[in-house]
Amino acid sequence: MSEAVSREAASRWGGGVSPVGVSWNKLMMWLFIITDGLLFAGFLAAYGFARLASAAWPDRLEVFHLWFISAMTFVLISSSATMATAVGAARRKEGQLVSQMIFATLVGGTIFLAMQAYEWTILIGEGARLHSNPWGVPQFANYFFIITGFHGTHVLTGIVILAVVAARALRGRLSAEGVELAGLYWHFVDLVWVFIFTLFYLI
Amino acid sequence: MSKSSRQEAGTHQEQGFLRRYVFSTDHKIIGIQYFLTGGLMGVLGALLAALIRLQLAWPGRQWEWLAVVFPSGMESGVMKPEFYVMLVTMHGTIMIFFFVSFCLVSGFGNYLIPLQVGARDMAFPFLNMLSYWTIVPAILIAAASFFVEGGAAASGWTAYPPLSAIRTAVPGSGWGQTLWLLAVALFIVSFTMGSLNFVTTIINLRARGMSFLRLPLTIWCLFISSILGLLAFPPLTAAAIMLLFDRHLGSSFYIPSGVYIAGTLLPNEGGSPLLWQHLFWFLGHPEVYVLILPALGVTFEVLAPFTRRPVFGYRLTVYSLLVIAFLSMVVWGHHMFVSGMSPVIGEFFSVGTLLITIPSAIIGVNMIATLWGGMLRLSAAAMYALGTIALFGVGGMGGVFLGNAAADVQLHDTAFVVGHFHFMIGGVTLFAIFSGTYYWYPKMFGRMMNETLGKLHFWLTIVPFYSIFVSMHFLGIAGAPRRYYDLSRYTFLQGVDWMGPFITIMAFIMIGGQVFFLVNLVGSWWKGRRAEANPWQATTLEWTVPSPPPHGNWGDSAPVVHRWPYDYSRAGAPQDFTMQTHPTPVAGAALERR
Repeated sequence: MSEAVSREAASRWGGGVSPVGVSWNKLMMWLFIITDGLLFAGFLAAYGFARLASAAWPDRLEVFHLWFISAMTFVLISSSATMATAVGAARRKEGQLVSQMIFATLVGGTIFLAMQAYEWTILIGEGARLHSNPWGVPQFANYFFIITGFHGTHVLTGIVILAVVAARALRGRLSAEGVELAGLYWHFVDLVWVFIFTLFYLI
Repeated sequence: MSKSSRQEAGTHQEQGFLRRYVFSTDHKIIGIQYFLTGGLMGVLGALLAALIRLQLAWPGRQWEWLAVVFPSGMESGVMKPEFYVMLVTMHGTIMIFFFVSFCLVSGFGNYLIPLQVGARDMAFPFLNMLSYWTIVPAILIAAASFFVEGGAAASGWTAYPPLSAIRTAVPGSGWGQTLWLLAVALFIVSFTMGSLNFVTTIINLRARGMSFLRLPLTIWCLFISSILGLLAFPPLTAAAIMLLFDRHLGSSFYIPSGVYIAGTLLPNEGGSPLLWQHLFWFLGHPEVYVLILPALGVTFEVLAPFTRRPVFGYRLTVYSLLVIAFLSMVVWGHHMFVSGMSPVIGEFFSVGTLLITIPSAIIGVNMIATLWGGMLRLSAAAMYALGTIALFGVGGMGGVFLGNAAADVQLHDTAFVVGHFHFMIGGVTLFAIFSGTYYWYPKMFGRMMNETLGKLHFWLTIVPFYSIFVSMHFLGIAGAPRRYYDLSRYTFLQGVDWMGPFITIMAFIMIGGQVFFLVNLVGSWWKGRRAEANPWQATTLEWTVPSPPPHGNWGDSAPVVHRWPYDYSRAGAPQDFTMQTHPTPVAGAALERR
């Protein structure tokens, strides 16, 4: 009981964080990530449904330049690595390194978005539209735009969040947990991309 | 910790009227806001139901005074078919999303969770306020949809494409459907914010000593239903976004090839309306459990103090709830037995659905066993709790027929289905809302409700309720399809055509009976007897604080919990109830070994 009493003394809210033992902020972030993950699961399941139900599906190698997509993926995964470094630095209270690493992450995210915009431009130039596309069934372009578009929106949101966190860190209002939560979200966005890359481009 | 400093700032500041009662972050105020908003929407939904019934009892009759209220929908007083389907759609939408969800899940949830787990507020009070203020535009958008060109959405609360996906299909498929989608999307955003708070608060902010198996069953049910909501709503969001794309950006997610509207071939090709049904019911089925589980929790919560008996089989109930939650995620296909589904898959969904009867029956039996040997105090709250048990049992029987693919093919889309789901998500939930209101009203408003009016209200609700919805079961077996504008046109239904006016008259009696409730609700607010802290001699934490509880709930020291929530009639104890905060071991053997 003594441990519980001392926790109670440390905070009048004490006593209830078991069994997960994390702060409510982090718990809420995890729950949100699960929820958001299911949103993508909905899109990807629908895509699987449509692809299986469709008699023919365009040949992905005719449409996509896989080396380019792989480069995009590499950039995004690398930005996850710099983000992890930032989270570690925030724990050690190295404000300078935190800002640098978050900046590197921001650059990675922005490059990814730019490459995605380039890819969209090329495909739209080749005639891909929401109502039709030159490679086959309209569902192909439908799902391409909605899934990558939604993922892109998530990356953009992540960039805004990271910019806010970086600005706070520069002004000396560094909160290790804030950096960690932003990091969780960023890793989640990257993980979703891995699924999209696999299910849409590779298979 | 930043959290506690934020909480304390909220606790001790002097606040103006606006911050205190309108843009409040206090979970109790937000709970009451949800509760009253839900009540208002319930009245609106009931009025829509009255209009539906008016048409079904006397199809095509002229009601001149209604032409004044609805100049376009009831021109010259005769209801137009497209207006009728709008009424059906909006009645379902409003009742499910804006009445039952608000009152039962968000209303009671916000009010009770911090009080019953021993927290000062929700984990993130600001998010909580945001969640309420997100549903306000949702309601306004839904209400506005009646007044746009073409009128409100007309594709049912399930919004099946292609009717909902093609803007030119029927008048309600125009802007009404778009606004419907936006309102539902805002509702989902709000519900997600609320659920995040609920789950986090229950996991992280429990008072010292409040282990999971000491949580009141209301909290367990709200916990599970919030998790279900968090898991089930996102795929619907995805589905709704794709539907909006189909409607406004020319994509073909749901619109198949070869659809002709008014003689013109649509350019869309290759989409699948079935996809929407899968995604929708992947939400839709858990959603009915999101609504019904809190109702069961409230019933248990009310039964214990009014029988002076511990809840029977507490742990078994919790496990059954978890099993129900799991099964509810994998049985959505039983809504689609007639969609051309392979019989093998249909069998899978049938078996899964019928498996749900096992934990449901365990819960029902536990409720009845709680009554066994109890000293029943028949107050209005207890009567409604008993009514909930009855409805849960009878309604569940209908589910056995519908869950069975072979029987469902006959009964699908008939009034039988309407009767069944009104028993479950229209009745069990409604009765639990009333039961909970009579039970917690003293805590929420510091006044007792009038028992005589309450009992009168009970009889004026349950008798018409059974008359209406049992009749609908028979009507459905006779073959009456649901959502049809005029059943008098079908000769095979002539034997049961007396049921239309009968159901309608009963519906009017039931709606009229609710006036007693509203009078009681408002009247008791300033005329009711003042309530002491624990008027029902109940054991859970919310009854240890004054009625209504102060801002911050607990005064200087947070409560410490020493026992499970249903310690009633322990042999040898000084009273027949022992509060959860009671510190010393109480002499005598526990009725329920824990």
